[in-house]
Amino acid sequence: MSTPQVLFAYFAVAMTILSLLVVTRRNPVHSVLWMLVLFIHIAALYLFLNAEFIAAIQIIIYAGAILVLFLFVIMLLNLRKEETEKRFQKQWLYSIAISVLFVFFLVLIVGNITVIPPPGPYTADVIKSEGHIMTVGKVLYSEFLLPFEIASLILLVAIIGAVVLAKKRIE
Amino acid sequence: MVPLSWYIVLSALMFSIGVFGFLSRRNLIIIFISIELMLNSVNISLVAFSHYLQSMRGQILVFFVITVAAAEAAIGLAILIAFYRNNPTIKVDEINLLKG
Repeated sequence: MSTPQVLFAYFAVAMTILSLLVVTRRNPVHSVLWMLVLFIHIAALYLFLNAEFIAAIQIIIYAGAILVLFLFVIMLLNLRKEETEKRFQKQWLYSIAISVLFVFFLVLIVGNITVIPPPGPYTADVIKSEGHIMTVGKVLYSEFLLPFEIASLILLVAIIGAVVLAKKRIE
Repeated sequence: MVPLSWYIVLSALMFSIGVFGFLSRRNLIIIFISIELMLNSVNISLVAFSHYLQSMRGQILVFFVITVAAAEAAIGLAILIAFYRNNPTIKVDEINLLKG
């Protein structure tokens, strides 16, 4: 095995174990903190794939904003007594069966997938010479301008919706 | 060189762990975290395809997925707080107001 393959093997094993830790911890705070480690691993995996901008926003938005939001909500809801109760619902055996079947068929279908040329214009050398953020920005502001504006609208709706839903009703 | 299928298998594995957490946990916050886990595994496969096809579209799509994930987390947790104020539990098997 070459060096990138060894590194990928480390990341694959670590990310699988971290995902299992995230979904099985009893305390939600522990879950969120394992999720933080997982996000840092995912960002490192994006660096292998020449996606520096995506790695940066993975850290900034997911680890910096979304996980902090989760921690705030866990702090707002006082859940001390619920941590002693059982953590799985009674159908947990079926859900293991469903997820194992799911991954089995998915690996069967896409397990040896490869891409067929012709590849696009954005080779690693092009991205390196131009800079990744500039490459992403050029595509984002030309070909995907309308979806970009719609994304800002979605965020506006999310801000207003979150404030309206979470505020106390004034009698 | 790492083959593309390795990334896709890793993504499938993480997605199915997220499905397991979504279906089996009782804590509503951890169900949300499982949804984030599934979104992240899809992002990995999109970035991997984008790299191997030498195209930018996968990474643009990841950008939008992260936007929608942020909006979804904000709205979902706000609904959770609003619900908790009326009915102080976050165990999904005790949230059965709509059960006949």
